[in-house]
Amino acid sequence: MSRPTPLRGVHEALGATLTDFAGWLMPLRYGSESAEHNAVRQAAGLFDLSHMGEIFVTGPQAGAALDYALVGYISALDPGRARYTMIVDADGHVLDDLIVYRLAGEEFMVVANASNYPRVAAELTERAKDFDAVVDDRSERYALIAVQGPRSRDILAGLTEADLDALKYYAGLPATVAGIEALIARTGYTGEDGFELFVAADDAEPLWAALTKAGEPYGILPAGLSARDTLRLEAGMPLYGNELSAELTPFDAGLGRVVRFDKPGDFVGRAALEPLKDVPPTRRLVGLVATGRRVPRHGYPVVSGDGTVVGEVTSGAPSQSLGRPIAMAYVDGDLSTGLAVDIRGSREPVEVVELPFYRRKK
Amino acid sequence: MSNIPEDLHYTKEHEWISGIDDGLILTVGVTAYAAEALGDVVYVQVPEVGSTVATGDAVGEVESTKSVSDIFAPVGGEIVETNEAVVDDPSLVNSDPYGDGWLFRIRLDGDADDLLSPEEYTALTSGES
Repeated sequence: MSRPTPLRGVHEALGATLTDFAGWLMPLRYGSESAEHNAVRQAAGLFDLSHMGEIFVTGPQAGAALDYALVGYISALDPGRARYTMIVDADGHVLDDLIVYRLAGEEFMVVANASNYPRVAAELTERAKDFDAVVDDRSERYALIAVQGPRSRDILAGLTEADLDALKYYAGLPATVAGIEALIARTGYTGEDGFELFVAADDAEPLWAALTKAGEPYGILPAGLSARDTLRLEAGMPLYGNELSAELTPFDAGLGRVVRFDKPGDFVGRAALEPLKDVPPTRRLVGLVATGRRVPRHGYPVVSGDGTVVGEVTSGAPSQSLGRPIAMAYVDGDLSTGLAVDIRGSREPVEVVELPFYRRKK
Repeated sequence: MSNIPEDLHYTKEHEWISGIDDGLILTVGVTAYAAEALGDVVYVQVPEVGSTVATGDAVGEVESTKSVSDIFAPVGGEIVETNEAVVDDPSLVNSDPYGDGWLFRIRLDGDADDLLSPEEYTALTSGES
């Protein structure tokens, strides 16, 4: 049985198609996923992300513990700021990608993927045991609602006194939203401006209702995982299980920049990753745009002109913004021309393009 | 739940067939139930006009944001017409699955076996949902 989020009743009342995702019963779409995708690009979308994990690390050595446990330089974060980072095993393989928020000098919140957070919480507990820090997995107690899209600032501004214009990208602040205590973070997974609101599980329904009402004049739509996936793919953002996995290092994924060898002290994975930092990877993650209309999907082979398999698609979908199918794929060496994707037995030509596929206008 | 017209026949693969009672040329499409399960359809591949197919052959595909499904020939025969409008605008499968979203027409060769009545198809889909 999949676990419901605190918003299950809301999704059912909206007529959502529900699906199992990482053991959670989540809304796949409410109506047309294309309409949901376009609402986020043009106005705003409302997402239930309560399946994500929230793990708190607190104490005098919380920053030092996270410097040791993760690849990022977490203790260098200013309070109120956030960082995209990863947790790797001793071999340097990615166990999850994370966002860490420094809520206060001695308080951090690690946001982990639904499929991985029990493992992440266990690893953090183990890795922090020699530090003066406490690891507390509060995932069950938190709901997470995201408002994403160009109108999300205006929608949220009507519900809070918080100074949203002073809240930078990858920053967070505690505030009251529609009378509900929330942590407002200016983060997201859509390629648009937007906010993620962390609230107590019991507050999820009233917050959802308030955001729905405030967003109505702006054209807000509830948006499901299907739209979330096409939005993040257009934005060139990796998804754990697709572009990232426990078989790959951050360097394999082209994300070596998140590994901070310049921080003081040892960290889990340093010895394995250090020799890799100047080695050109044998494969690289590229963007593909199909010239036809059939969609390259996860696991499909990328082939060269003579039919040799030279890579594999990690994610693919029809792109609303480009009007053509797009994909991310790992491809051997620096191959960039004459490629095709084997789509169920027929070779469909693709062009290699720079990521992201979509970049919002500032 | 999904609308299941009384005057059509159906298959386990969620296709509908019209014209069984009044002629040899049958029209084939996907059901509203299938269209809802697929989500927004973005690509439809139809068989070639003039090709001869056997019952159960994969003759095309319907692709949505999240998935792709084969289209199977519900009966054997010759493909006599395909719906170019649905190829140009695959969203017709969602907006009008039993009308403008039809996929192809086939000249029946042999018998139309193993098709489901509206009642049987209703039972099948209520079991799956």
